[in-house]
Amino acid sequence: MNMPFYVPPEQMMRDRADFAQKGIARGRSLVTIECADGIVLCAENPSRNLRKISEIYDRIAFAGVGKYNEYDQLRIAGIRAADLRGYTYSRDDVDAQTLANQYAQMMSQVFTHDVKPMEVEILVASVGATGADDRMFHIRYDGSVTDEDGFAALGGDAERIREALDGVDTSSMALSEALKLAVEALSGEEPLTADQLEVGFLDRGGEGRCYRRLDNDEIAELLQ
Amino acid sequence: MTLPNFGVHEDPGPSFAELADRYGLTPDFSSAAGSLDITHGTTVVACTYADGAVIAGDRRATSGNLISHRNMKKVFPSDRWSGVAIAGAAGPAIEMIRLFQLQLEHYEKLEGKPLSLEGKANQLSMMVRGNLPAAMQGMVVVPIFAGYDRRRDRGRVWAFDVTGGRYEEMNYVASGSGSLHARTVIKLAHRTDQSREEAIDLVVKALYTAADDDSATGGPDPLRGIYPVVASITSDGYAEAEESEIADRFSSYVESIHQEVAE
Repeated sequence: MNMPFYVPPEQMMRDRADFAQKGIARGRSLVTIECADGIVLCAENPSRNLRKISEIYDRIAFAGVGKYNEYDQLRIAGIRAADLRGYTYSRDDVDAQTLANQYAQMMSQVFTHDVKPMEVEILVASVGATGADDRMFHIRYDGSVTDEDGFAALGGDAERIREALDGVDTSSMALSEALKLAVEALSGEEPLTADQLEVGFLDRGGEGRCYRRLDNDEIAELLQ
Repeated sequence: MTLPNFGVHEDPGPSFAELADRYGLTPDFSSAAGSLDITHGTTVVACTYADGAVIAGDRRATSGNLISHRNMKKVFPSDRWSGVAIAGAAGPAIEMIRLFQLQLEHYEKLEGKPLSLEGKANQLSMMVRGNLPAAMQGMVVVPIFAGYDRRRDRGRVWAFDVTGGRYEEMNYVASGSGSLHARTVIKLAHRTDQSREEAIDLVVKALYTAADDDSATGGPDPLRGIYPVVASITSDGYAEAEESEIADRFSSYVESIHQEVAE
């Protein structure tokens, strides 16, 4: 039997983090913005079928970047957790913070114990009755959680997008304005068009299930 | 609770009932003794019309020879384009509806698209079949299901039996103790091209007749302002009619009976 080499824990964590970051950096980016109408989630995604953005519960949405099968597994786990919680207690008892903690727990477990860390970054967003009640939790590959305010950027280009959006007050923007801003921040030299985008929207004024997906025609119309 | 995460071979797929079962959350009514006085809900009906379907139910629940609830709801939206109404043992019935609603929502979220209308009816039939051991103990639950088929652009209705048998009917369905009377009323006057108002008048008349001849079915109760629940399902989705509209339909029907009696 081969004796395993001793690897210092600092080195091991660094190697794993590098591995995960490289995987995430290869993927396209995603941005979410809190505005007066609700929360808009916008991703560069040329695929019609492999989706990055999804409904989780009445006022909660999910977004993920990186490796598709891994964030999709997280998305499904999140929907299951939320539906089970709503069934056991009540629909009002499902909240984004609990879900974010559950995600963090699972991702940190995978990061330290599994053969390979997840190459994903995810976001859990929940829309409130007013802008002050909006919540956005950004969870990284190692399970670290950050509470984002106003906007969040995920993926390889996140740094550049963050710089572009920093300091912009989005709280009084309408949906179309916020979407334009998101697309502008996502776009490189060429502006992105409706068929290269995936857009989800959490409607602040909605009742019951507030999430809806915008189709290409609606995106094109809002961007005009 | 940790995040529900399953291995490849244990994954429950898009079924919420299956998932809830893994966590021991699905109720089991089969061990209940048959001699207990259990609350029962009574008559529910549905019929098609030009733009879709209407589904309706009275508000009475009985326990033996006593009225246990006067304003029970038996008609519910199961998702945006379908509705379900339930007759039978109230406890298992309400639980079945809750699980059915969640099942459809859960599937839609996981798969990114809703089940077909036929698929929804099939899901409900599996739930009724799952209740068979409890039904043998007297906890019978028999729902009806109505929806708008967005692929075929028309309203469709289904009836079920205790064993989970699923029967799509052309025009109308009814379930519960007063269903015989209600069904006859609809049968005599139903037209597939009738308007929403005509369809509502028809189910109002059917429920009134059922209440007239069946002691377990509740009629309109103007004293307390309690009227049957009537909902329409069209391409715009499920919409429950305002109570004031149903009250109006009942009072004009009662008026027509008054005139008949006077003559």
